[in-house]
Amino acid sequence: MNFDFSPDQRSLRDQARKFLAEHATSSRVRRILEGAAPYDAELWRGMAEMGWMGTAIPETHGGAGFGYLELCVLAEELGRSLAPTPFSSTIYLASEALLLAGSEAQKKRWLPRIAQGQAIGCFALAEGAQVATPGNITTRADGGRVSGTKIPVTDGDVADFAVVVAGEADGRRAGLFLVELRGPGVTRTSVTTVDPTRSHARIVFDGAAADPLGAPGTGWPLVERLFDRAAVLVAFEQLGGAQAALDMAREYALGRFAFGRQIASFQAIKHKLADMYVAVELARSNAYYGAWALSKDAPELPVAAATARVAASEAYYHSAKENIQVHGGMGFTWEFDCHLHYRRAKLTGLMLGSGRRWKDLLVTRLQAGAA
Amino acid sequence: MDFDDTREEAAFRAEARQWLAANAELKGGAFETWQSRYPDREGYDGLERAKAFQHKKAEAGFAALHWPVESGGRALPPIYHVIYAQEESRYLVPRGYFEIGLGMCMPTLFTYGTEAQKRRYAPAALCGDEIWCQLFSEPGAGSDLAGLRTRAQRDGDEWVINGQKIWTSGAHWADWAILVARSDPKAAKHKGLTFFFLSMKSPGIETRRIKQISGASHFNEVYFTDARIPDSQRLGAVGAGWGVAITTLMNERLASGELRGPDFEEIFGLACSVSLEDGPAIANAAVRERLADLYVKTQGVRLTRFRTMTALSRGETPGPENSIGKLVNAPKAQEIASFAMDLLDMGGVIMDKDTAPLRAAFQESLLTSPGGRIAAGTDEILRNIIAERVLGLPQDVRVDRDLPFDELPTGAR
Repeated sequence: MNFDFSPDQRSLRDQARKFLAEHATSSRVRRILEGAAPYDAELWRGMAEMGWMGTAIPETHGGAGFGYLELCVLAEELGRSLAPTPFSSTIYLASEALLLAGSEAQKKRWLPRIAQGQAIGCFALAEGAQVATPGNITTRADGGRVSGTKIPVTDGDVADFAVVVAGEADGRRAGLFLVELRGPGVTRTSVTTVDPTRSHARIVFDGAAADPLGAPGTGWPLVERLFDRAAVLVAFEQLGGAQAALDMAREYALGRFAFGRQIASFQAIKHKLADMYVAVELARSNAYYGAWALSKDAPELPVAAATARVAASEAYYHSAKENIQVHGGMGFTWEFDCHLHYRRAKLTGLMLGSGRRWKDLLVTRLQAGAA
Repeated sequence: MDFDDTREEAAFRAEARQWLAANAELKGGAFETWQSRYPDREGYDGLERAKAFQHKKAEAGFAALHWPVESGGRALPPIYHVIYAQEESRYLVPRGYFEIGLGMCMPTLFTYGTEAQKRRYAPAALCGDEIWCQLFSEPGAGSDLAGLRTRAQRDGDEWVINGQKIWTSGAHWADWAILVARSDPKAAKHKGLTFFFLSMKSPGIETRRIKQISGASHFNEVYFTDARIPDSQRLGAVGAGWGVAITTLMNERLASGELRGPDFEEIFGLACSVSLEDGPAIANAAVRERLADLYVKTQGVRLTRFRTMTALSRGETPGPENSIGKLVNAPKAQEIASFAMDLLDMGGVIMDKDTAPLRAAFQESLLTSPGGRIAAGTDEILRNIIAERVLGLPQDVRVDRDLPFDELPTGAR
């Protein structure tokens, strides 16, 4: 039984934590929260120099060819530090879509640039304030052109290319398409979301050149496979964030005095922190299992990914919410960092679809396994 | 990252499998246990069979894998204990009779007893000839164990014991017991305790069964009226009993906290087989959401145990973070029981085994699961343990710490 990361992976974690403690400080995150820059370009360059973008990209495509366990390790640290970069869009979604379904030419065009940190990708599925399904998306791709409006697209305002989910000609099947965002037929505007430390866009496609990704008609199953992989990686970001929120709450409770004692000595607070700890540890165990399944491309991945996603989304939101409560009035101020995790928890909990949907999907998969 | 045994672990697992296949009986169904197959009626039928099985198990060297070789063990790391327990869980084997003696009493004796005592008691406990129980909790001292009042008064080379213990598993068939009692009521609460072991056959001991809300009786009250213990059966110094009791309780952590009764698999099976007003229960959105929540918790605990096993496999000791399993599983068992009954609607109340699904296992569990949230550390005490020993938060403010014990305020109960 060796259900843990290896010594090498743990040393990668220490290295990443040290780097981010220096370069993704609270004041750097707040620069993005409060300023006009959509992401921290200097941090992004630093991450590229560390070789992080190429972690799971094979050496033949210019990556480091480590693997997914290493990527999970990095994701946890990025989540802990709230690093305001387009890493999740570019790596967990765009790069993974290319690896899963890209032609050699498509891979050759984008993967080496992604690995170098010279290309940013995004994933365009949602079309407004409702759940996106193959039946209700109105964006259409026909004859190598795509038209329609996608909102919100995480990092869509800064990306070089998008993986767009669009209805194919007959309108009954969905497909994935690669679209260069700096070409004609693309209009992008920024969108305000609950988490301004991550940038979002509305993208209007009007006959933009669209290169099919994967065989025709394979779109929706491909989205599900892609989301399973991303769900594990995002679960590690959420896990890192949840642990950070728990650590903040613990530290504050130890330092804050009321009624003549540390508030950390009151059972109401101790039990709240214990419950946060239990949620984080269960999420950690479920995330580790997802990491194992992802790294082995195991048949257990669909169930493991949905389980990891539900556990991590709930643990992060719970920890972030209760962290504000432990801080009392101070937790409700702009100047304390509690809200940064609260915002990110809700954002990450929705970015691949809500918990409600993942729970339904999980039970569907358990039924399939039991049948 | 993998779930594989090491070569040595795999070899041991194969040995355990082979021995169990040759010597034990596979379970007939999910809820069949030794106790349900061989209930302890007058004449202790199940107990006598259990002792016979324990003899075989000890002879084969599986009864105390991590004990020192000179005490009858194999001096193996704790991971082997877990591997054996995993294999054994598929078989109908006696549980509960020997766990307290082997898991808690003997390790305490190993730490505080004399060489002669270890030689006298360990082999008999190991092969099941002598059963031990643990006389700790009292009517006024449960979570606050150090508030116990059973008196131990010195009389020459002996101690005289008066008082009452409660929640003593197996006291009615135990031969020996460990006991913590108050030797000095003038000292502060944790400092006036002394630890002993004694024969349950001593004069002045009376055992009464407790009837639980489920109707079953797994526990006892034990009354002492001038019972006598030789001073040679004291473990640790006079007044140092609290430290000894902590040693005993630390060993409780190796016990797995396995959920007994219907778990996720059973509630999922029920949801797949019953219908609600709008079709199969499994198709109902509210049911699906709760099932998903239960699955995520169940997997979380199972996988957390794998992380603990990983630590054991590396030779590390499981820490207080191991409390998570019981803190999640015990309330979950209660939730599953209640949820299952809701799915059966008005018929959920039926306890008739021929009518209720799974021979009324959910209804039984509704009545047994509250105990799981209390025994071996209440939900609240486990949260305190996590808060204090894992997260490093301060202990509760204690008003009783430095006062003489006999000046502490007491309530009516």
